[in-house]
Formats: sequence, structure tokens, C-alpha cells
Amino acid sequence: MSARDEVLARIRGALGDNPADAPPVVRAYREAGEHPPGSAAVVDQLVERLEDYRATVVRTRGADESVGIAIAAALDAVGATSSIAAPGVPDGWTSATPVCIRDVGTITPRELDRVDAVVTGSVVAISETGTIALDGSPRCGRRMITLVPDVHLCVVSVADVVQSVPEGLARLDPTAPLTFVSGPSATSDIELSRVEGVHGPRHLVVVIAG
Amino acid sequence: MSTFLGMPAGRVPGPAADTAVGQLTGNRSFPAAARDALGDTRLRRNLAHATATIRAKRASVVGEVPDWEALRDAGSAIKADTMARLPELLEELERNVTARGGTVHWARDAAEANGIVLDLVRATGADEVVKVKSMATQEIGLNEALEEAGITAHETDLAELIVQLGHDKPSHILVPAIHRGRAEIREIFAREMPDVDLATLTDEPSVLAAAARTHLRELFLRARVAVSGANFGIAETGTLTVVESEGNGRMCLTLPETLITVMGIEKVVPAWRDLEVFLQLLPRSSTGERMNPYTSMWTGVTPGDGPQDFHLVLLDNGRTRALADDLGRTALHCIRCSACLNVCPVYERTGGHAYGSVYPGPIGAVLTPFLTGVTGGHDPNDSLPYASSLCGACYDVCPVKINIPDLLVQLRAEHTEAHAAAHRLPSAEAAAMAAAAWVMSDPARFARAGRAAGTARHGIRRGRPLLPLPPPLNGWTASRDAPSPPAETFRDWWARTRGGRS
Ligand code: SF4
Repeated sequence: MSARDEVLARIRGALGDNPADAPPVVRAYREAGEHPPGSAAVVDQLVERLEDYRATVVRTRGADESVGIAIAAALDAVGATSSIAAPGVPDGWTSATPVCIRDVGTITPRELDRVDAVVTGSVVAISETGTIALDGSPRCGRRMITLVPDVHLCVVSVADVVQSVPEGLARLDPTAPLTFVSGPSATSDIELSRVEGVHGPRHLVVVIAG
Repeated sequence: MSTFLGMPAGRVPGPAADTAVGQLTGNRSFPAAARDALGDTRLRRNLAHATATIRAKRASVVGEVPDWEALRDAGSAIKADTMARLPELLEELERNVTARGGTVHWARDAAEANGIVLDLVRATGADEVVKVKSMATQEIGLNEALEEAGITAHETDLAELIVQLGHDKPSHILVPAIHRGRAEIREIFAREMPDVDLATLTDEPSVLAAAARTHLRELFLRARVAVSGANFGIAETGTLTVVESEGNGRMCLTLPETLITVMGIEKVVPAWRDLEVFLQLLPRSSTGERMNPYTSMWTGVTPGDGPQDFHLVLLDNGRTRALADDLGRTALHCIRCSACLNVCPVYERTGGHAYGSVYPGPIGAVLTPFLTGVTGGHDPNDSLPYASSLCGACYDVCPVKINIPDLLVQLRAEHTEAHAAAHRLPSAEAAAMAAAAWVMSDPARFARAGRAAGTARHGIRRGRPLLPLPPPLNGWTASRDAPSPPAETFRDWWARTRGGRS
């Protein structure tokens, strides 16, 4: 018997002829928060939770040019002199940033390691947990580019901010390559005290647009 | 074949895990190992500090979730439903992973899983792999198996790195180096990292983390093969999930060409939607954060993004043994958050090494014996169900509501039965258990027995046990006094006072 058939046969044997009828799953938890997506309350909460996890938050108006100015200033503030942008971000986001290349899918990890910062958009943000989701789409970029550079500058549009985890997951395609980011890379491995900055980007700069 | 007290007729348990392969059993019983741990004051100080810190963090972030109990109920129900439909869900997971370009392998036991991974690594021609922290690969002793075949396995999680460089063993599910203080970690790094700058290496956690970043960056950039575990595998979509903090997981899951994920069969969940429950329960229970810094999810292979060769190894290794038992099945619900370790008074004093298995603490004390079986002989795992004071704190914090105290009691009963069977003559504790069962099964008998013990009290010197308790219970009375029975039973007191109201 193949290992597959044997493991499945063992499972069926262990469950017996009549697998105990599991009671139906009752979902009495909150499916949505009390504040609507994009409302001032959820945006304020997102800002508070991101800052609590030591992300830098910048707020700006929604026009691409305003976002571009905010991005240029933020990159300057962290001392980033080179950057790469996800292929689908609007031109206006990077026009004020002199040295910003576009990812065309050919850069190697080693080359990426010499780039200071990465500029991307995002698909959804969850305010209660301070979480931003990236889905590998042209605006969010391949997973590699948001991982190797030391600064991740991520633009969140106000309309994409929801309050609860269930609301956030409902907006995502599970088969896309997904990355949830909640603050910069961190560890609690040394005496359980949180330290920001291990292998992922040590600086997370979030530009909230709109 | 073994049977369980809680196993309804018609169920056939799978074989026990082979304790000779991997790390499911230590070489000493819990009481013997615990005695040494208790004598190590530095260990006790590190543990007390670390567990107190994490307990406070967990309590504060759990306290801010208004529907926490509803989430726990849902988490528990989803897991129960998963176990009842396990064959169908695993087949669905396999179908969906395969449809998206991944390859699924099945492993009956640790040796088979190690062999599968080894063959896959060999096929790539690589002589090293980078690893994301994974309980399943520790359980099967994968690093050792690779090492024997000349393949270097680099642990990349900071705590795992501390353990690996310190030639040590993990002692906690989430924070494997919890037994090490910052000064010890600095010593290990200074000794084992060839390129570290000793002049600037202090014992500040941020400096130590930066040293690990520099040390591992080159490895991530050159790695061709990564090995990971998985927190969840979603049957409906074929999506695998890894929850982490440092970004080492993302490095391993993104940069190499080949990714091999080893997942216990119990880690499957039915639907994408179920993650909305577990992604709320897990981070708050484990690191005490609202959300862990990074969660990665991938489905098979995505052209142009991440590893282009993906393999999923589904592991049994004793899980189908636990599955046949009603309570053992609930031990498989565990999402490895480690909250039960952090609140356990026994774990806090002994640390994880005393348990011998990679699964320490309250969940380890039940999961390990369910996977390996209790023999009633001299197997160190036989002593694990006694590594508890049954205080119930583990049940209160468990995000999927595993009733660990109940499981401990059942395993103790199974141990006494196995012990009696192994020694043919009824042992003292088997006789005591049988007598207790006889007494407790009848209310009148129970009441009479309580009063009899109270009467007997007058003849007992304070602080001496009623009976010389047989092993392993004498381990308990050797170091503390057994209480003498009260002068009046609770039942008599209640009858006399109606709860103090009369
Ligand atoms: S038994 Fe419960 S509390 Fe303990 S690690 Fe597993 S899920 Fe967490």
C-alpha cells in the first residue's frame, strides 16, 4: 500500500465507521467592527496601532502628486538614497523621488540587497491589529522586493482600511501570494522583550492617502 | 495494538510514533530531569522572568477583544469538525495544492518523512538548506537526518539559531531559547559567529538581533532550498500559512528556488474563512501581540514570485493513534501557541528540557504520550502525565479550549492500567485507582468513604501520606507533604450548614 493510502486508511480506521458527528461550527464572534471601512475612526485606530508597533505613519491627501511628495520626504527622512518601486504603482508616487527604479521582475536578491528602500501600495489594512496586506499584484509587487530592502514604504488608501480581521480576509484572494505585515520585523526571542528589526525591513513607513 | 479508556468500539488507533527516530522522548523520566532543572537557579530566574513577561502581555491583548470567548468556541468547533472530516479534507488539500503546481507527499512516520525531504534536497544538488522554525521537523529529527547525509541545515529563527549555535536543545514551543539570558546569548554569539565584531557586541537584545541579521543575510541570499513547517493548510484553496515575527520565514518562503514544507496531518483547516478565527486567536495567545509582524500565505507555485518548486509532506507519526481516542483527538486541536506553557507552574519551574520531547509543558505532557503511547514500563514518557498539579490554568488560556487537565487524568489512569498489565499482578496504584472508581461510582459509598478518611485522620501523623505511595506518586510525596484528610467532609459540612447559611 502506498504511504498515502495507508495514512488515509489509518485515519479512517481511527475515526471508526461512524465518525463522531462534530457539532456545527457556531460563529458568534464579531464579523465586522462597529465602524465602516474608510471611516475616520478606523483610520485613527490604524495609525495608533501601527505607531504602537514602531512603524512611521504619514498622512496625506489622496492625489498621486501629494502621495509622491510625502514619499520623497519620508525616504529622505530615513536616509534612503536608492529605491525600487512595485511595477504597478502610479507614476506620480515616484516622480518626486530622483533615484527610483521599477521592478521588471529581473532583479536578483543580491542586487536587491544593495537597494535602500522599496515603494509599494497595499490591498487592505486592518485597523484593530495594525495589519497591512500585500497580495503580489502589480501595485504590491513580488514578495521578494518588499522583503530584502531595509526600508519598506507602503501606501494605504483610506478606502481600503477595515476594522476587523474577518472584514480584511473577506477582501482577499486566498490563492494570491499573500503577506500580512504588522509593523517592522521584530523578535521577542531574547528574554521575551520585543526588539524591532531582524531580517525583514527594519523600517516600515506607512503613507495613508485620502 | 493499544486501546484507550476513551476509545469507543469500532475505532482502530494507528501505530505509535517510533521514539528511536526524532525527538519525542528524552532519556530520563520527568521527575529525574526536573530535579536537576530545579537546582539550576539561573535557569529558574530566566524562566520566571520570561514567563511572567509573556503572561502579562497576553492578558492585556486578550482583554481588549470583546468576543474572545466566542472566538475560542469557534476555534474549538472548527478543529473538532476538522478531525471528524480529516480524510476528505486532506484529499481536498492535496487536490488543490497539486492543481496549483505543488507536489504532495505522505509520510507514515518520522523516518519516512526524513527520507522524502532528503531525496528532494539531493535532487536539487544543494548541500545546505535554510529552515524556518518548525515543530514538525524537530519532532522527526530532520536536521540530524540531513546532517548525517552531509547536508547542513541552518536554523534561521533567532531563538533556534541560539539553540543551534549553543549546541543545545529547544525548551519552549515559541521561544526555544527561553532558558537563556542575554549574557549567555552574547557568549554563544561571540564564540560561534566567526565574523562577529567582538568590540561592539554587547548583550543588548537589539545588538544581538543585529548580529544575527548580519550572520544570516548571506545565507538567505545564496540559499537554493528552504524547509518549513506550516501553521495552517487550507483544504478549500490549497493555501499554506506560516506565522512569524522576524522575517526569516519570509526569506525562506520567498528567496530559494525550492520549498519543502512538512506539516502534521492535523494542521489542515477546512476553509479560508476559518483563518479569520485562528489569526485572531494565535498571535494574542502566543507572543501577546495583536498580530504577529509577518504572516505568509502561498498556494502551490506562483509564476515569477517565490519558489518555483514546492513540495508538501503530510506527516502521521503517531497522530492517527491519538485520533482514535476522544480526548487524544482534542490534543490534536493544538495550534502550538504555547500559552499553556507560560501559565503552568510546573513548566515555569522546570523549563522545557525536563519533558524530553520537543513538545514541553502541559500540551507536551498529553500530546507526547498520545503520540508515542504509554508502556507501563520504564519509558520516560510514562511519567509525563504526572508533570502537572492539575490546577487548570492551561485550560483557561487555551485558545482552542483543550481540556488538558482531563487528558492528564485519563493518561494517568491509562498508565496505571498499562503498568498493572505489564506487571501482571495488580499494582498498588492500579488497585487504588480501581478502589477509587468503585467508591466514586456510588454517592452513598463516596459519602461513607469521606467520613471514614476523616476518622482515620486522628491516627495519622501530620504530614505523612496515608499510604506509602507507589512510583511515580512517591516522587510527589518525597518532596512535599500530602495533606491529611479534613476532620469533616465537604458533604457533611454542606449538610450541616447549608453552605454556611444556617
Ligand atoms: S494546548 Fe492550547 S494553549 Fe497549549 S499550545 Fe496548544 S493551543 Fe496553545
